[in-house]
Amino acid sequence: MINLSINNQKISVEEGTTILDAARKLNINIPTLCNHPDLCVAGNCRVCVVEQTGARTLIAACAMPVAEGMDIHTNTLKVRNARKHIVELLLSEHRSDCTKCYRNQNCELQSLANEFAFGDTIFLDLVEDHPYVIDRSSPSFIKDDSKCIRCQRCVRTCTELQHISAIAVANKGMHQKISSFHDKPMSHVVCTNCGQCVNRCPTGALVEKTYIDQVWDAIYDPGKHVIVQTAPAVRVALGEDLGYDPGERVTGKMVTALRQLGFDSVLDTDFSADLTIMEEGTEFLTRLKKVLVDGDKNTALPMFTSCSPGWIKFIEHKYPELLNNLSTCKSPQQMFGALAKTYYAQKKNLDPSTIVSVSIMPCTAKKYEADRPEMRSSGYKDIDYVLTTRELVIMVKQAGIDFRNLEPSGFDSVMGESTGAAVIFGATGGVMEAALRTAYEIVTGREVPFKNLNITPVRGMEGIKEASIKIEDCVDDWKFLEGAELKVAIAHGLTNANKLMRLVRSGEASYHFIEIMACPGGCLGGGGQPIPTNAEVRKRRMNAIYSEDEHMEFRKSHDNPDVIAIYEEFLGQPNSERAHELLHTHYTEREAY
Amino acid sequence: MKKRGLNKVDLIFEKVDLREVLTVAYNMPQAEIIQKVLDSGLKGRGGAGFPTGLKWKYTAAEKDPDKYIVCNADEGEPGTFKDREILDRVAYKVYGGMVIAGKAVGAKTGIVYLRGEYKFLLPQLLAELDEFHRLIKEIGFDFSISYRMGSGAYICGEESALFESIEGFRGEPRNKPPYPTVSGVFGKPTSINNVETLVTALMVIKHGPESYSQLGTKDSRGSKVFSISGDTPTPGIFELELGMTVQAFVNEFGDGDTKAVQVGGASGFCVPRKRFEDTIIGFEGVPTGGSMKLFNSSRSMYNVLHNYLDFFAEESCGQCTPCRVGCQQLLKGVQKVKKGEVKSTYLTELIKLADTMKVASKCGLGQSVGNAFKTIVENFREEIIY
Ligand SMILES: Cc1cc2nc3c(=O)[nH]c(=O)nc-3n(C[C@H](O)[C@H](O)[C@H](O)COP(=O)(O)O)c2cc1C
Ligand code: SF4
Ligand code: SF4
Ligand code: SF4
Ligand code: SF4
Ligand code: FES
Repeated sequence: MINLSINNQKISVEEGTTILDAARKLNINIPTLCNHPDLCVAGNCRVCVVEQTGARTLIAACAMPVAEGMDIHTNTLKVRNARKHIVELLLSEHRSDCTKCYRNQNCELQSLANEFAFGDTIFLDLVEDHPYVIDRSSPSFIKDDSKCIRCQRCVRTCTELQHISAIAVANKGMHQKISSFHDKPMSHVVCTNCGQCVNRCPTGALVEKTYIDQVWDAIYDPGKHVIVQTAPAVRVALGEDLGYDPGERVTGKMVTALRQLGFDSVLDTDFSADLTIMEEGTEFLTRLKKVLVDGDKNTALPMFTSCSPGWIKFIEHKYPELLNNLSTCKSPQQMFGALAKTYYAQKKNLDPSTIVSVSIMPCTAKKYEADRPEMRSSGYKDIDYVLTTRELVIMVKQAGIDFRNLEPSGFDSVMGESTGAAVIFGATGGVMEAALRTAYEIVTGREVPFKNLNITPVRGMEGIKEASIKIEDCVDDWKFLEGAELKVAIAHGLTNANKLMRLVRSGEASYHFIEIMACPGGCLGGGGQPIPTNAEVRKRRMNAIYSEDEHMEFRKSHDNPDVIAIYEEFLGQPNSERAHELLHTHYTEREAY
Repeated sequence: MKKRGLNKVDLIFEKVDLREVLTVAYNMPQAEIIQKVLDSGLKGRGGAGFPTGLKWKYTAAEKDPDKYIVCNADEGEPGTFKDREILDRVAYKVYGGMVIAGKAVGAKTGIVYLRGEYKFLLPQLLAELDEFHRLIKEIGFDFSISYRMGSGAYICGEESALFESIEGFRGEPRNKPPYPTVSGVFGKPTSINNVETLVTALMVIKHGPESYSQLGTKDSRGSKVFSISGDTPTPGIFELELGMTVQAFVNEFGDGDTKAVQVGGASGFCVPRKRFEDTIIGFEGVPTGGSMKLFNSSRSMYNVLHNYLDFFAEESCGQCTPCRVGCQQLLKGVQKVKKGEVKSTYLTELIKLADTMKVASKCGLGQSVGNAFKTIVENFREEIIY
């Protein structure tokens, strides 16, 4: 243990602790900007400087490990003056149009400015000297360099968490900036649109591309029937921006709020998540059969899940040789979209051209996914607009809804029923668990041998998880699996996905089924979720998801009444021709840069 | 303090029998080499002036068997060109210093990081290196040296940015600690030394610390190579004993009309005529990595300052706020003061900013921009304003 003193308070902390963390233990707040708990230390903004008695310079609290006998002061005149200068310097390079800015009132720079830089501006305006550009090329987000404070959080995110490096630091000195490969538009580089950088940007330099106005226009258009679907991870995070603690489930209130916003029908992505399990589970079992029984060389194993559009773009760029391993299933969002303008229209007796299909997602990559040319199986654009959890919060506020006092209500039908298996899609390992709950039962006729159906080995926040399940006493159709050991792996965050893919490519991995989610923690940690998102917040959202699962009437996808009905009335069997037409897709090899 | 006159020395370029010195070093225990360098009082010649013996001692103390000796030949400081001359004329002594350092700290690998613009020297340097490798093999050393090229960024002379560059990353300074002696290039214990430091260390082993430390002063032992330029009839490379006053220096190298000397390049200090007598060139006064630039009364100190600030605004790596934005503010600030677009009292704000940059910047670059800025603005205020 190391003993030191901070603001004359003695503390003893473990070796390697930073001054910042030691101060936090004493409830002493040191401002930060470049620091983010998910990322390695940068130490570049210098906002966190503190004074160490006897040291020649100030020191960056986030980057300095404690040392025996240190005497630290966090609020001396010297420190305050330096911090004020630093914030003023940042502002002098920054186009401060807060009242028009998407991050107004949720901006770390703005908070610091309130604290340190009110009153007269000290320094000269440098904005006019910089040829700042705004890149609107991505369908998912906007990159506005004039709001960028060069903290490099985005760069560290894209490199450390996602192993992509679609953005990097370019140039030096006054010309330094965050740039893409050869300065190409974001839509033309390896960016997966995952939005993890957006979620960690402290300012308005990276924000989702918003479609709020288009959605309002549709809602107010009497000629349109506007339906909305909400992803499982939204309901466990939405509350955070509406006055609730992280981890509080607000499903019922969310449904009521959506109705009050004027959507004609409030439906659930969970319905199509259950459908995904039916399609993907069947596809998986069919692949197993083709490989193990028919000896088919063209069928690839392990099979990879395909419901995370950031992951899809990643593999298209980085491992195109493994595209055959991807399940052909669309994501739940897109399955829903294809059915909305076919099955739903038919059931409701609507002209599909009048349906506007909106989805609320924890994800920015889903905006991109909805724009993919393949996603028009209904003959129309299957999903018209994708809003993030954060955008929904804005709409709720715009409408003046008193969210806290809303009466909870249930989803509409059809395509509103769901199961616990669908809910857990929002957490890493959830798709795997849901798939196993169904596939195991198809093969053996029995429920998975886990207490309360909770397949705990696939749960949790470990980067890569592995599990195996022994298959015994199979029903007749699946006798060839008798005694087999089914091996699965799960990765979340593309850095972990990349590690798994290397093993698969080299043949070192012997899995049958792999679940990948592009975002840390799965969708609950998606790029479109409330800011801040960090390990603690992700944990709470995860707990909320599993508790929602436990509270559901149905826990297995194949028990979902709406799912049973749609196969009976419309799709026939899982993986039927019609299912293939509407619910499956194909992939495109893309350049590696 | 005793003021010294000017004393020319010939150590760095002195011809030595490398086999003889290295054989002595080969048979000398590690600890004795380090002790000799410590006793000599040698401080690094790259600018920061850290005691070389201590650096070796710390590196030697690290447990990791995989250690590096890096020779910093990036020589980017404006007005410094002595390392080029040393490499051109006595590269074998640089290599000799490296193998001695390797022996002292227990490193088998040496890397020379060569300034990109010095690429033209590479063929001759590599030829000499081959010869050197043969020689040390004969003596029995297990050590080899390779070259890495810089690509024109001043910041890559800063040790941790230099490591990043060698490793193939963008040249941005790292947070310290950990220091290079613990975690340097490739995360391994590293002793990084300037070209001249390494040659000097070799000469300490050859002549012994007693004889070396007779030169110079208590704080600045020995001699060093100066790169002399500007308004002087005799520009070039000169090796001088440390501890002389600026006056003694100007008497020798001035053109009779010297109004200021910039000691230590863009990151150093401007000494005006009225301070020539009482300013010592060395760690007790104004330290220098070697650059000495003389200005006579025909020079506009505004232009001199503008030039330095322009350099820093371009050459800052740009990662940290005080330096990236501070350099731009200082530059634009003096421009506007000159044009009369802001009041001259704005210079006071800028001096405060320079102080912030000194204490809050991440690395030595940002921390030293204020040196030239303050000494020029304070001593030549009227030239900046009018
Ligand atoms: C911006 C900057 C540039 C530097 N450039 C050089 C250089 O070109 N050559 C050099 O030897 N040291 C340079 N240094 C100093 C090195 O960081 C380091 O202190 C030195 O190489 C150590 O060697 P020494 O102890 O032998 O001086 C620079 C430092 C800074 C902050
Ligand atoms: S990024 Fe923050 S400080 Fe900048 S304009 Fe937007 S809200 Fe204001
Ligand atoms: S959206 Fe994802 S892939 Fe694209 S730049 Fe941001 S972190 Fe990288
Ligand atoms: S875009 Fe945002 S996260 Fe990236 S460096 Fe700029 S301010 Fe930081
Ligand atoms: S002080 Fe300047 S050169 Fe050093 S890290 Fe900061 S921006 Fe880069
Ligand atoms: S938070 Fe410490 S330097 Fe940015």
